[in-house]
Amino acid sequence: MDEKKLAIIATKGTLDWGYPPFILASTAAALGYATEIFFTFYGLQLLKKDLGHLRVSPLGNPAMPMPVPMPNFVMALVPGMEAMATSMMKSKMKSKGVASLEELRELCVEAEVRMIACQMTVDLFEFDTSDFIDGVELGGAALFFEFAGEADITLFI
Amino acid sequence: MVQEDKVLDARGLNCPLPILRTKKALGELTAGQVLKIVATDPGAVKDFEAFSKQTKNPLLEQAEAGGEFVFFIQKA
Repeated sequence: MDEKKLAIIATKGTLDWGYPPFILASTAAALGYATEIFFTFYGLQLLKKDLGHLRVSPLGNPAMPMPVPMPNFVMALVPGMEAMATSMMKSKMKSKGVASLEELRELCVEAEVRMIACQMTVDLFEFDTSDFIDGVELGGAALFFEFAGEADITLFI
Repeated sequence: MVQEDKVLDARGLNCPLPILRTKKALGELTAGQVLKIVATDPGAVKDFEAFSKQTKNPLLEQAEAGGEFVFFIQKA
């Protein structure tokens, strides 16, 4: 088989960092890559059926453009900063025609991107796998390498 | 002038949606048929060239007018 392969490890569970794994996986699938994403640690949040809980935080994130720049210690004290940043980012994405995370994930599912949840961190954080979308497999590091060992591209996100 | 068999309106959509919708639309065509895509994402120009090269579906023609980018892709 000359089919190319892409392996991704998704480790982050914020609204902003949820995008790269799903953008790259869906695009790779459209280009004909066999694609697999291994979700571990906070990346497991991206597998929940409802992604409405994902947030983006301006705290400790000096690269995030803010309408009114504020020092960290002020942001830490003002209630609702995270909720505000999250709703601002969502509305900005919508107005710019950026897909929602749910939409991108659905496109990955349609394109048969294989999704694996790390068993160890599922147990560690006591995730309920019935909260995950359908089709997610459970596995460990060795399962990841079975695919990644043959992959043309491997990304840690 | 290339004659299209189907039109995909990808205006207002941003990366990677125009490519993903194109892939889907091409799946509904038969070999040799032509898909016309209209997009507004400036990144689409390089993306469609790259998509065509990698998927071997020829990019027959492309043009820009009034902030809109038009592509004609033939299903291989």
